[in-house]
Amino acid sequence: MSWAFLRDLLSGVNKYSTGIGRIWVAVVFVFRLLVYVAAAENIWKYEHDEFECNIKQPGCENVCFDHFFPISHIRLWALQLIMVSTPSLLVVFHVAYRENREKHHNQKLYRNPGEIDGGLLCTYLISLILKTGLEIVFLVLFYKLYNGFKIPRLVKCDIKPCPNTVDCYISKPTEKMIFLYFLVATSCLCIVLNLSELSYLIFKHSIKSYLKRYMKKQQ
Amino acid sequence: MDWGTLQAVLGGVNKHSTSIGKIWLTVLFIFRIMILVVAAERVWGDEQDDFVCNTLQPGCRNVCYDHFFPISHIRLWALQLIFVSTPALLVAMHVAYRRHEKKRRFRNGEKIDIEELKNEKMHIRGPLWWTYTSSIFFRIVFEAIFMYVFYYMYDGYQMPRLVKCDAWPCPNTVDCFVSRPTEKTTFTIFMLAVSGICMMLNLAELCYLVIKICTNGSRKTT
Repeated sequence: MSWAFLRDLLSGVNKYSTGIGRIWVAVVFVFRLLVYVAAAENIWKYEHDEFECNIKQPGCENVCFDHFFPISHIRLWALQLIMVSTPSLLVVFHVAYRENREKHHNQKLYRNPGEIDGGLLCTYLISLILKTGLEIVFLVLFYKLYNGFKIPRLVKCDIKPCPNTVDCYISKPTEKMIFLYFLVATSCLCIVLNLSELSYLIFKHSIKSYLKRYMKKQQ
Repeated sequence: MDWGTLQAVLGGVNKHSTSIGKIWLTVLFIFRIMILVVAAERVWGDEQDDFVCNTLQPGCRNVCYDHFFPISHIRLWALQLIFVSTPALLVAMHVAYRRHEKKRRFRNGEKIDIEELKNEKMHIRGPLWWTYTSSIFFRIVFEAIFMYVFYYMYDGYQMPRLVKCDAWPCPNTVDCFVSRPTEKTTFTIFMLAVSGICMMLNLAELCYLVIKICTNGSRKTT
């Protein structure tokens, strides 16, 4: 069980997406998943070992690290990737349900089970809204947990068992900040893509239904 | 999920590339991605652990390391490879779009062989020529940008053995020693040379495509 599962899932989703949806899948693959696995994971690999406090008091380093990093950036990043890819499963399930219905009734019920219309359109729109919502939730979470998207070189810690205030140094703060900004930029790009896909679909289908009604009136 | 997926996607683009494009792709896979994964990552693997400063002051080593290596070579190379491979995705998308259009025409009644469609080699003409050429242009631009970033960030392409650090909390100036500087310099120069070769291949391909379209154009008018 690894990221290959997510990769296969996204490839399956690609089949039933619009053009913008396929660009979204490409962005998630190349600029988020691949960057995470190939580069970002290694930066945070030894973050606890390399976190150093100016004190010999046993337990102080552990407690300070836990206080300043309740959940590590890299784990939040991984959760974000998983959560944001999951709503696309709704579309896959709906198409599978349609195909099952056709098989069960043994007749062609839909012109094309994968075509985005009717119920599948609603499912697709819901999945887009969920994706956008989850992206925003994670960005807000990052912002709130870490006081903006900054990673300081030095944090001052005064939790028991540290005597008084102790200087603690974070490892590779600049590199971590660069990749954090990269994460925020790609999240925002994905939000923009989702919103444009949403507006495109709503616009396209309202024009379609308007034209249908207009033709009916003519007849 | 690793470089394998990127390899699969780029391998698909390979079918529709020119010969120079195919050579570029081979160089990218063998001399850059494979070297990065198999060799370079091991060399830089222990970089912070073995970065040693001549002081017992806690925190000094962390701060000095962060000051001299804002972003590690290995991460910059990974980003460079990702950015340089991405324009090829544009070509893959354009080809997929063309295939989709042909399939739609087939469904609307025109006679097209489905099997032949899957294995068809798209000729680089018309809008595809523009997509392909812009992808090569962007590749060249990204390569140049990253080569400059390397030069700017690390004052040239050589890894020093010793750096002198006086960032707080280090008391006065402290000597810090980089681990495996010669091996790192060797790999940096190697990757730089291969980047240069890739850039030249891209320039040659760009010239070839421009000349091809000009001669095709002049043949049509005469």
